[in-house]
Amino acid sequence: MGRIKTIARRTFLIGSAAIAGGVAFGYYAYQKPIENPLLDGLAEGQAALTPYVLIDESGITLITPRADVGQGAYSVQAALIAEELDVRLDQIRVDPGVPSAAYYNGKVAFEGFPLAATATGFLADKGRIASDVAGKLIGLQLTGGSSTVPDAYEKLRMAGAVARATLLKAAEHKTGVAVAKLTTKDGAVILPDGTEISYTSLAPIAAVTDPVVQVRLKPVSDWRYLGKDMQRVDIVAKSTGTQSYGIDTVMDGMVYATVRTNPRIGGGVKGYDDGAAKAMRGVQAVVPITGGIGVIADNTWRAFQAALAVDFEWGAAPYPPTSDEMWAVVGNSFTSSLQDSQFKDDGDVETTLNEADILEAQYRIPYLAHAPLEPMTATILLTDTRLDIWTATQIPRFMQVNAAKLTGLDADDVHVHVLMSGGSFGRRLEDDYVQQAIEVAGAIKGTPVKMTWAREEDMTHDFPRPMQMSRARGSVKDGQVYAYDLGIAAQSVTASQLSRIGQPALGPDMMIVAGAWDQPFSIPHYRVTGYRVPEMVPVSSWRSVGASGNGFLHDCFLDELIHAAGADPLQERLRLCWHEPSRKVLEAVGEMSNWGSDLGANRARGVAFTLSFGVPVAEVVEITNTSDGIRIDKVYVVAEVGKIMDPVNFENQVQGGVIWGLSHAIMGELSFDDGVAEQDNFDTYEVLRLYQTPEIIVQGLENSTQIRGIGEPSVPPAAPALANAIFAATGKRIRELPLNKHIDFI
Amino acid sequence: MQLSVNGKSYDIDVEDDMPLLWVLRDELGIHGPKYGCGIAQCGACTVHIDGEAVRSCSYAVGDVQGAITTIEGLGTPDALHAVQAAWITHQVAQCGYCQSGQIMEAAAFLAGNANPTDTDIDDAMSSNLCRCGTYPRIRAAIKTAAATLRGA
Ligand code: FES
Ligand code: FES
Repeated sequence: MGRIKTIARRTFLIGSAAIAGGVAFGYYAYQKPIENPLLDGLAEGQAALTPYVLIDESGITLITPRADVGQGAYSVQAALIAEELDVRLDQIRVDPGVPSAAYYNGKVAFEGFPLAATATGFLADKGRIASDVAGKLIGLQLTGGSSTVPDAYEKLRMAGAVARATLLKAAEHKTGVAVAKLTTKDGAVILPDGTEISYTSLAPIAAVTDPVVQVRLKPVSDWRYLGKDMQRVDIVAKSTGTQSYGIDTVMDGMVYATVRTNPRIGGGVKGYDDGAAKAMRGVQAVVPITGGIGVIADNTWRAFQAALAVDFEWGAAPYPPTSDEMWAVVGNSFTSSLQDSQFKDDGDVETTLNEADILEAQYRIPYLAHAPLEPMTATILLTDTRLDIWTATQIPRFMQVNAAKLTGLDADDVHVHVLMSGGSFGRRLEDDYVQQAIEVAGAIKGTPVKMTWAREEDMTHDFPRPMQMSRARGSVKDGQVYAYDLGIAAQSVTASQLSRIGQPALGPDMMIVAGAWDQPFSIPHYRVTGYRVPEMVPVSSWRSVGASGNGFLHDCFLDELIHAAGADPLQERLRLCWHEPSRKVLEAVGEMSNWGSDLGANRARGVAFTLSFGVPVAEVVEITNTSDGIRIDKVYVVAEVGKIMDPVNFENQVQGGVIWGLSHAIMGELSFDDGVAEQDNFDTYEVLRLYQTPEIIVQGLENSTQIRGIGEPSVPPAAPALANAIFAATGKRIRELPLNKHIDFI
Repeated sequence: MQLSVNGKSYDIDVEDDMPLLWVLRDELGIHGPKYGCGIAQCGACTVHIDGEAVRSCSYAVGDVQGAITTIEGLGTPDALHAVQAAWITHQVAQCGYCQSGQIMEAAAFLAGNANPTDTDIDDAMSSNLCRCGTYPRIRAAIKTAAATLRGA
């Protein structure tokens, strides 16, 4: 049995276990031990430990169970452990770990509960605990919802602290010098005479030492790494072309493959002719897979060419074939039978709006692709008894279960190796491409196959962000916003995603109204209603999920009401805002941007605010209305995140989120004709380029005690801040994205 | 067919119209150049031919005349090119997938323009896209690299 001790203050069971030549530190799953991620590495009886720190002769390895999709997750997780373990970041290896139910992610389900992130008190705490348990039950080794930092913040630091304390104890056993006289530095225990004993040499003794679990975490003032600029562990590799991504996997005897399936997603195949394809150079086989074919060849490009040479007769799309028909479905969803939620209902909206002069507007936003720059790819080695999957993924655990189902193998015989990904933005929360690759590999068992999607396949087989429509009404009184009634109709991302892992979606989907129903404004009569649009194109999580679009829908109409009231956009938002951390964010962005100052001819600014994933973010966009179109000059961003782990990465993530938000606001759209996405590559699915990128000035506030991630929350306010600035500059209120349908940009 | 890549010469037997990118990646195992779009829109596949930045995804290998340099040949972790060093100083990369191409584009650009203005930088670097939104850091890193290259 591993050595378990309880930290009474927490419900964590923390402990250590011997491994070959060393020691592992980590957590025991409480209540019922779930399966062990390092079964192969640990002796019998130690099956419940979830290791975060491994030390043996070969060095120190930190296990970072949350995937890195470009957001620097490996680095921040490593730093959390290293801070308490007292090792330098260049002394350690980082390993994403093997999929296991033990690496559950207790934070990600929060946003799914009908609980505003600003809520505190009994109900809120209860809900958060429930989410923690639910996360555990599903075995959610999942990276999403900006949950990496909140989830890891204590667990990883505690693991590092326990490992350090136990190594000190081991040094006492070895030398006879009392722990009180020992210190540590850079991966070694230091004796009073200055002699250093490396952690690695102490590991075998630590393995038979009772873990010391009564530890105190360092005070913030003693931090060496956290809160300071860190060099990302992957930065040199990523600057020299030596970082290997999923798409770079190579194995002995490996063949190359691609797939082509019906771009009318789910439409199936009626027939195909692969005669020409099979005769092409390097092509080894054309194999039928669900919805299309796979081509196995000796080179990716030859596989691409052959796939294009197959003649298909596709089935019809199982959804309305054109964007116009889809809009009709969305527009018809504002009905009581499709009402999904109404968690915000303050005052008496109905009566107020029946009596007052009201303002009404309809907004809409299109389907959007994730389109990470690295297309979906997976390398598969399938035999009759074992399946190995090498891929970049945020859901190794779900993937393992799905692959077991697909192949009939035991989940224990399915091994997922998580690789670095060239972006995700939520796309790698799906495993459709892996299932296809497994189907292809089934035709060539025993030979490793690297399957790569062509960009066109990627873009036309995304699970996009849903198209959405809002209908808003409101009124003003005495120069103030008085009533706001917002209805939002969207497909359920949660239901669509859960259906693909065979789970029902129970209850309302908070993602339909996230970033709208939970905004910290006290408007006397204020209501937000979600309507669930029937499933059309299957949809999924897209950077900042529900809030990504609702930020635009909610904040722009608020801006309309503020202008109708004749109030100042920043002052009125501040007056309405009851949440102190959010007020601070608004005040700070006002100061930073010198709000109210004169910008000169043809120039104007807009402000927007969205609270998402518990992070209030305010942005001010400054633009110039030139004769060639709108030019974005500057964006000021202020975000409240509790504690900034790494200022450089913080700034990079926030700027990236703003650029993501602006890019899709200006020009992002997946439209459909004949059931097929009309944009299939970056020539038609355009994205923001360097010359269009404004200066982005970022400030992080650390006023709250809760630790939050920053990968997503800067996205939602970008679109409304820009649209509000355009209104201020031109008097034109644009109520549809992308904005370039209605106004020119430089 | 003979190909010179990063100072090494290779004998290859492929169709003339195979894009250089796939020769590099799948035939020669040189993975620094990345596949992003295949249609000269993203720049992830950027390499140099005789010092000039080209989109290897849209450059038929049969048309190659001259010496090819990929990011691996520009500099290594132990012997960084000034552009790579600046990319590290400014911690430009997020996912990093576009960065081989960005760095190759920047290196070729700075070789021909030692003292670029902001507009020069915008013009030169707008052919390479980054989904993660690292553009502000790319701008800053290019200025640092330019200064280093000028010996400033
Ligand atoms: S892959 Fe060559 S430009 Fe995109
Ligand atoms: S760093 Fe991810 S695409 Fe540029």
